[in-house]
Amino acid sequence: MATEQEVRHIAELADVGINPEELGTFTHQFNAILDYFDVLDRVSGDTAVTRDLYNVMRDDIVKPSLPQKDVLANAPAQEDGFIKAPRVM
Amino acid sequence: MTGHEITFEPDDPYHAFLTTCPRAPHGDGKLGGIAVAVKDNISTKGIETTCASKILKGYIPPYDAHVVELLRQSGAAIVGKTNMDEFGMGTTTENSAFGPTLNPYDTGRVPGGSSGGSAAAIAGGMVRMALGTDTGGSIRCPAAFCGIVGLKPTYGRVSRYGLIAYANSLEQIGPMGRTVTDVSALLEVIAGHDRRDSTSYDKPYSPAPRADISGLKIGIPQEYFGAGVDPQVAAVVTRAIGRLEECGATTVPCTIPSMEYALAAYYVTCTCEASSNLARFDGVRYGPAADTKKSWHEAYREVRQASFGTEVRRRIMLGTYALSSGYYGKYYAKAQIARENVKRDFTRIFSEVDVIAGPTMPTIAFKLREKSDPLSMYLSDILTVPANLAGIPALSVPCGKAGGMPVGLQIMGRPWEDERVIDVAYAYEQAVS
Repeated sequence: MATEQEVRHIAELADVGINPEELGTFTHQFNAILDYFDVLDRVSGDTAVTRDLYNVMRDDIVKPSLPQKDVLANAPAQEDGFIKAPRVM
Repeated sequence: MTGHEITFEPDDPYHAFLTTCPRAPHGDGKLGGIAVAVKDNISTKGIETTCASKILKGYIPPYDAHVVELLRQSGAAIVGKTNMDEFGMGTTTENSAFGPTLNPYDTGRVPGGSSGGSAAAIAGGMVRMALGTDTGGSIRCPAAFCGIVGLKPTYGRVSRYGLIAYANSLEQIGPMGRTVTDVSALLEVIAGHDRRDSTSYDKPYSPAPRADISGLKIGIPQEYFGAGVDPQVAAVVTRAIGRLEECGATTVPCTIPSMEYALAAYYVTCTCEASSNLARFDGVRYGPAADTKKSWHEAYREVRQASFGTEVRRRIMLGTYALSSGYYGKYYAKAQIARENVKRDFTRIFSEVDVIAGPTMPTIAFKLREKSDPLSMYLSDILTVPANLAGIPALSVPCGKAGGMPVGLQIMGRPWEDERVIDVAYAYEQAVS
């Protein structure tokens, strides 16, 4: 069972926010889904997952990339040809 | 390009499209001049691509997805971008930030999802074919609910380059159309290797649907006709399988014991992948502006809370929770073992039969707003998610009606045997037409 406090904490970790008025419903629905996930406790089998897949390698060759103008076209805030972001520090 | 264009200005009473291209240019080729719709999570250079999310409103991709490049080369006219559940997260297309799509058969019902706009555009007669994407049934569910044909190809058969990712290990782009022949023609154009998708495999597709299925062995899993499946739907599908027997196929009962936990394994896997994939939506490189005067987390959270819908936030949170320290072993690790068990079940069954058949969806299309509880919505994906977990090809072909609404026959095949799955659907289509 996840408590309302834990659900709020998860919302914070995931940076998606949660309103006080939606917290109750969210927690209730979250727990119903987690309860359903408990069926996975019954899974048995190897812990090492084997796959008939193999790595495909290629040479690291430089190819043309998009022009700066195209890359910046969708950025909502720009300065001197750079994308402007919120402060980190 | 040879300078042709077609005019595309449909009424769109079903809200199938988010964007239309009134003058759609096209060239010559296999699909020369054919109107093709593209789901709105597939990047189209110069055409707004939103994933039906407010967080991508106004986003104009600077490049084409690989499949879109191929469509243009084939001469197809890309006439618009279709509605969907936000980022593909849903089974009804009601989770679109821009309003639901309606089912052309009954506008009081959903078209299914998440590729509901593509299915409604075809069923409503606006286009002959469309691209969808299928992470846990998102092509097959709307195909079944809207009475059209839809194929989720073998994982790796079609490049995902330019598909805005939700759950990379599960999703595939695939063709949808009015007929099996159209689906086959569209697959021919989009299948094949692309170096920009490291999971893409060099296996082109040459269309030659054959209606001869004599001697074919069809596995009938008991789980696809058991509890939770509407008996009326099961009856329609059983009759359809009877038609395949009349065409010379034989049926063999089988079981998929891992179905017990396949749905949980699917939802753990897709939400974990989503929590990582959707971290890129930060209102910095694209999307609504983050307040650059605020601190990173504050600005980031504000944009995401305001611009992601409830279901998207729920899935990001579920994935974050399942991957958090202390829970990884209980959820993600177990889900991967479960996934392996699903794959093993299919391998075992396919050593004895050529294809597996059953209903695509356990019910007919829901009424609008009928499924308000997220878990009950998730449960309706039970018959489609196994194919995604195993990476095998799976197709839905219309096979009759229950309660006046279309029912889909689902055909699943061995990896890379998309051809055979298409043949069986074609045989059925020919037998009933």
